[in-house]
This record gives sequence, structure tokens and C-alpha cells, in this order.
Amino acid sequence: MTPPPEPAELSDSTKSPAGLAAGRPMVRFRSVTKTYGDAAPAVRDLNLDIGAGSITVFVGPSGCGKTTSLRMINRMVEPTSGTIEVDGRDISTVKAAQLRRSMGYVMQSSGLLPHRTVLDNVATVPRLNGTPRREARRRAAELLDVVGLASALGERYPAQLSGGQQQRVGVARALAADPPVLLMDEPFSAVDPVVRAELQEELLRLQKELAKTIVFVTHDIDEATILGDKVAVFATGGRLAQYAAPEEILRAPVDEFVAGFVGRDRGFRHLSFQDGTAVPLHPVQLIAADRLPDPAATVDGGWALCVDSDGAPLGWVPADRRAEITGTADLVPGGSLYPQGTSLRRALDAALSSPAGLGVAVDADGRAAGVVKAGEILALIEAARLQRAGS
Amino acid sequence: MVTIPRTDYTSTNALGQGREWLMDPANWSGPAGIPVRTFEHLQYTGLALLIAAVIAVPLGLFIGHTGRGQVAVVAVSGLLRALPTLGMLTLFVLLAGLGLMPPIWALVLLAVPPLLAGTYAGVSSVDRSVVDAARSLGMSETQILFRVEVPNGMRVLLGGLRGAALQVVATAAVVATINLGGLGRYLIDGLAVGDYGRVFGGAVIIALVALAVDAVIALGSRFLIPSGLGRLDAAGKSTGSGVPAAGAQGGNK
Repeated sequence: MTPPPEPAELSDSTKSPAGLAAGRPMVRFRSVTKTYGDAAPAVRDLNLDIGAGSITVFVGPSGCGKTTSLRMINRMVEPTSGTIEVDGRDISTVKAAQLRRSMGYVMQSSGLLPHRTVLDNVATVPRLNGTPRREARRRAAELLDVVGLASALGERYPAQLSGGQQQRVGVARALAADPPVLLMDEPFSAVDPVVRAELQEELLRLQKELAKTIVFVTHDIDEATILGDKVAVFATGGRLAQYAAPEEILRAPVDEFVAGFVGRDRGFRHLSFQDGTAVPLHPVQLIAADRLPDPAATVDGGWALCVDSDGAPLGWVPADRRAEITGTADLVPGGSLYPQGTSLRRALDAALSSPAGLGVAVDADGRAAGVVKAGEILALIEAARLQRAGS
Repeated sequence: MVTIPRTDYTSTNALGQGREWLMDPANWSGPAGIPVRTFEHLQYTGLALLIAAVIAVPLGLFIGHTGRGQVAVVAVSGLLRALPTLGMLTLFVLLAGLGLMPPIWALVLLAVPPLLAGTYAGVSSVDRSVVDAARSLGMSETQILFRVEVPNGMRVLLGGLRGAALQVVATAAVVATINLGGLGRYLIDGLAVGDYGRVFGGAVIIALVALAVDAVIALGSRFLIPSGLGRLDAAGKSTGSGVPAAGAQGGNK
């Protein structure tokens, strides 16, 4: 079976090493207001400390000032009042172009220069900083590898790449000068959900190695909770409504606005932050794919799981339709997979999406390790709730 | 002005006479021959285009990059296009006297609007998100203009040059109404003495020269337009060559 890739849901421990209580602030907003003409402020008296080496996500509906706030960090937008400090320095004292070269910037439309090859695009900032062409291109080639692109793509032009590939190049370009701060303005919102999930996972993987200070703007609360070490929820009118760890925002939204914005599914989403190791694993009957044509391989219970020669799940065989299934093409497609030890959300989703009512748990190598049951997962959730209430 | 002897034609219509005139080897040599006249014609064209470019290109780059003064430029371009070249030529000669430059200025007026429009349309046609990205990478405004906007707007920019060159090369014949040379001599002199073979032959040569100049610019464009833009071999990703040269073509002919 070929389940769709899961959204990247990783527990907090797998995020940036700096973690939630990141050390000194890398970016500080101090009473920052931005007003355009006579209109109501786009950003209103923003005070915010962004920890070094962590991912901070600005999230909110359109017109809440999240992008404006981001763009004030590299002076693409100048604040009307207030100051912004980066690494302890008031940025209004730094030349705008120089400041921008010291930060990576990834935008929604990849913003790649159409007339330059992928390699030269990635090499842009080092070249601006005076790095010799040969060295800049060598470094650019390495970065393509870092973001998971084949080096052969380096000679192509942006228009020859898919949307997902363009965004990867955008990330590589932002990393090229090895800046301590990365600004990302809805970088994954223009790609399809499958590619978006890949890119999110990739970003978390990169961040684990690089430990940059990342400020990430999105309108998608799901993306915010997946990526953020901390999430800043902006409300319409440029007000910062809540600034906390994603788990806390889902569990305890501070007001009506935040509760409404994080949405109806927040109870379910919150399961992303609960460890699934305690979920009981049950054995399940396995049928090897090459034995499907053999009628002697009967299904003993209600459902048997068909696996390939490596033990990876392919699909289900129901007992009452065993005779009809003679090849892998006849299998009943399975639901999502639950990688053992990840969150309760993935365990529950695997159970709920399975036609057999049994969520397939897989080990680190992708082999079927057993099945989980929705009822037992719910019982665990309830037990955890009671324990919290009691403690 | 010297009187030009009328050629003896065997044909009785202008078409046949024109053919005879073009076939006559005597018309292909000497200081009044077709090669020399063509060279003069191209010199006038080149000089007018050069002066026009010096005026229009920097202005167009500035307007395209900053977006300032666009309205004024559209108005002035429209006004310039409405001016009749022959009238301006006569006016300049009356004001400044005979000589090379007064008629050239009339041609400059003709070349400025398409060059200006092509330059600023080219620069401002570049996707704003690309410009925004270049700025946020830390490029200076000059770097944005010359490393991002000009290369990416090159197709439209060259469209303006092409339009201007075509108009000037076709219109440069008018300078022969005063004392200058060029291919226009055949038209003016032929008309003066009723030599329609000469008029017809001259017109054909002017048309051919215009086509040749256009072909040369088109060929040059292939090298000047960055290969990342259009004509890509990736499946379905080619942007082709159909980008309209916004306002860069056309004129007051």
C-alpha cells in the first residue's frame, strides 16, 4: 500500500536543540508600530523576543501584520516607531543592503532570478559579499546537496524546476552566506500538500544540524504547530494575541480570537504533542505478497496484512473476500501509517484511517511491527487527562 | 542642385523601369551609387539612434526602476509621436540652417518614443516579486537595475530598439529633401525629374535595408536575451518569445 506522506509531526525533542527556552534573544521588537498613512496600524506596539537558534512562527489571518513584522527585521519595511535589535544591535544603524546580506530570506514565490542558473542563484549573496565566483559556485553545489537536490539541477534555470524544487533552491540560496538568521515568508504555501509536508520535514532536519534563528511566517496554524518552537499568533489589526509554545497555544488559547483561529481541530492537533510509546501494540496476521495467489494462505481472523519481502505493509486482505485477492493490485488499500513511538495523533489517525480498524505501526525500517486500536488510544488520552487534572 | 539625366527605359511602366534601374550596373558604383547611398543612409540612422539612445535609455531605466514620471513620459511620448517628421525637419532647417544635424534631430525625435517606452516597459515588466527578492538578498538599487531588471527586461528593451531602428531606417529618406544624401536621394531626385524607375528602385532598396537591419537586431537579440528566459527545453515550461513589447512598437508613419 502506498499511504500519502504524513505531515511532519515530530515531538518537541526532535526540534532545534536550543529548544523552547532558547537562550539570549537574537531578534527583539521593542514597542514597534507600523502605520501606513492614516489607516489603522498594520503592526501595533509589538514587543517580542525571538530566541537564538530556535524556530519562531508568526501566524495569523490575512492583514494581521505578520509579514510586515517579518519584513521589518531586514528593513524591507521601516517601522513607524519603536526599535528592532538583531544580535544586540539596533538595525536602523546598519546599512539596509548590508543588513539583508547578513540574513537569509525565503519567500512564497521562490523569487529566484529567472536569468541565472540554479547554481548562480544560490551563489548570489556570497558573490555580493565578494566571494570569488569559483568558490561561491563550489559552495552553492554543496548547498544543493544539503537541501536534497541533485547537483545536475545546478545548470538548469529556475523555470525548468518544479515548485517544490524552486523552494528548495530558495532555501539553499538563503543559507549560502551562512547567516545566523533566516527569514521565511510563507515559503511553502504555494506548493501542494504532499510537497509541503516534505519541505517541512526537511526544514526540521536542516534546523537540527544548523540551529539557525528562524522566523517563519504562515497563515496555516497546522504548519505553525509542526515547525514552531514558539508560535506568535497575530490578530487582525496588528496585535500580538499570544506568544507561546505551540502545545500551549493549542491547549490553552489565551482568548476567543486565538481559540477561534486555532480552530475546531485543536483538540485533535494537540495530540501531536503527546507521546505514543505507551500505545499497546497487537500482533496481526501477515501474508507475504508472493503467497497471495496461493489459496492455501488463508486469512484466520477478520483481516490479514499483506507485506512485501522486506516486511513493509502493502494492503489488507479481508477474510470474506480472500478468494478474490490473487495479487497486490487486488488488496484493500491501507490507511496512514504510525511510525512507532511518534505522537498519539499519528497512532489515532492510523487506526481511524484503516479499513480494518487497525492502525499499522511500522518500525524505523518501515517494517510492519503490529497494529494499534483506536479505543485503546482514546483510553490512554483519557487516562493522561485524568492524571493531569489530578496532579 | 545638379540636374540628373533621365535614364532611357525600354519598359513603359514604373515596375519594369524600376527593375531596369536596379539591374543597371551604372547605378551600383560611384559616389551616387547604391552602395555609397546605403552606407550614408545607415550612417544617418546610426547617428540618430545613438543620440536617441543617449537621451531615452537612461531616462527609461530611471522611470522603469523607480516608477516615477511614468505619466509624464507617456504624455510626452504621445506628443512626440504625433509630430510629423517631415514638418519637424523643415522647421529645424529653417531654425538652424542647412547641415547634417538639423535633419538628424528630426529623426531623433522619431526614435525617442519607442526607445523610451521600450526601456521603461522592459524594466518595469520584470516580475515585482523577483525585484523584491533581489532587494531582500541585499542588492543595491544599481545592482538590482543592471543585474536583475535589465537582463530580465531585455526582450522588451530590444523590442523598443527594434521598433526605433525600423522607423528611423525607413524614414531617414526624408533627409534627402534638403541637401543630404542617403537612399532618399533616389526618391527625391527621381520625383523631381519624373524618373519613376529610379523612385521605384530606391524604394525597394530602402525596404530591403530596413528588413536587413531588423534581421540583424533580431539575430543580435538571440545573444543578448539571457537563455534562462524562454526557449527552454523543460517540458511545457518555455515562456516562448511572445512577450509583447508593450508600447514599444508603432509610430506616426
